[in-house]
Amino acid sequence: MKFVDEYRDPQLAGRLVAQLHQAATRTWTVMEVCGGQTHTLVRSGIDRMIPEGIRLVHGPGCPVCVTPLELIDRALEIAARPEVTFCSFGDMLRVPGSSRDLLRVRAAGGDVRIVYSPLDAVRIAQTHADRDVVFFAVGFETTAPATALAIRQARQLGLRNFSMLVSHVLVPPAMEMILSAPKNCVQGFLAARHVCTIMGYEMYHDLAATIHAPIVVTGFEPVDLLEGLLMLVKQLEAGRHVVENQYARSVQREGNRHAQQAIADVYEVCDRPWRGLGVLPKSGLRLRQAYHDMDAERRYPSSAAASIEPAECRSGEVLLGLLRPDQCEAFGTRCTPEHPLGAPMVSSEGACAAYWKYGRRLPV
Amino acid sequence: MCLGVPGRVVERCATPNGDLAAGFVEFDGLRRKVCLELVPEAAAGDYVIVHAGIAIHTIDTTEAERLLKHLHEIDEFEIPAEPTP
Repeated sequence: MKFVDEYRDPQLAGRLVAQLHQAATRTWTVMEVCGGQTHTLVRSGIDRMIPEGIRLVHGPGCPVCVTPLELIDRALEIAARPEVTFCSFGDMLRVPGSSRDLLRVRAAGGDVRIVYSPLDAVRIAQTHADRDVVFFAVGFETTAPATALAIRQARQLGLRNFSMLVSHVLVPPAMEMILSAPKNCVQGFLAARHVCTIMGYEMYHDLAATIHAPIVVTGFEPVDLLEGLLMLVKQLEAGRHVVENQYARSVQREGNRHAQQAIADVYEVCDRPWRGLGVLPKSGLRLRQAYHDMDAERRYPSSAAASIEPAECRSGEVLLGLLRPDQCEAFGTRCTPEHPLGAPMVSSEGACAAYWKYGRRLPV
Repeated sequence: MCLGVPGRVVERCATPNGDLAAGFVEFDGLRRKVCLELVPEAAAGDYVIVHAGIAIHTIDTTEAERLLKHLHEIDEFEIPAEPTP
């Protein structure tokens, strides 16, 4: 595929690995905040090719994983209502709530559907006027314009049977939180590429300066990641901490203004709880007042049953980069993709899922 | 979640007033209708990144090719044959 295959060229990757070995003279800890990058790093074995001194720590780069249990339980409750057709991206279906997941709701007769685009959910609402269609709007800044357009389209069509359960989160507040945490060991960031495609990377300049850590906006093919790592290591070695852009073919300084406008028209910034990180100020999006009638949280009453996290799941520490998935005692034994304790083991972008899928299991 | 797939715009569709702009995009032989509301500049032949059925960016082909060229030009003589661990 054009503009994909070229960035998987093993010869190019080999040269970049060699350059990394030359560039790194000390030990450095760097974090990526994108589940796609986590999976590429583990799948292509980059984590085992780079100099031993460079430690890769996987951050909260998977929106499915950081969605708090309370909201998953809320989604399950709404999805189980007989009048509701519940639409979601596929990643969410196996994420465990307190007692079940969306697939089990479906097995019990709930109308739960996987959609590729939020606009598909609007289309379902349009063609099924007798059903209340609810879309589970999960995702970072990358996905928010898509769900904002869905709201706009539903309003334009005058649909009264469409609403969204919104769980959008923003990346920069999480990066800031990680660097200011007392146990932090992260010295530099690979910034999530598509988030920056939408938002640009202006906001990272202040962040890099205050926290004294370099940030490199990086793509997620193996060659992209190696080049991003090389740029980051060169900065760390030189004692610099500025924002650089490896992914110039799709990220521009100012981002996509049309997408930012779509977000601003429909959403406002709010405080949001993240799994493992707690409530982060100004770290999420919620519907503006003009769209409160399409807010599923307002439309459907909550049962107020308490959410119960499995005590053994340490996904909070994994998401903060304090624990590697294979260092968790439950990893690969009491927690597998078939029987997950927490979201990072089932989400297609979860760090635990990456370690499981690409053979980073404990020796049997 | 933030998965974006590059595809080539085949044609923009005429959309009724008020509807979101749309067009057909080809992904390695597969053709799908995609929302082009956020990339008003994208024309037939351009490559766009599509996320959740919505094009979020037009790829700068000059930049993409420049990077590839630059990477291919990395001088092999600078690099030791066996990377030292």
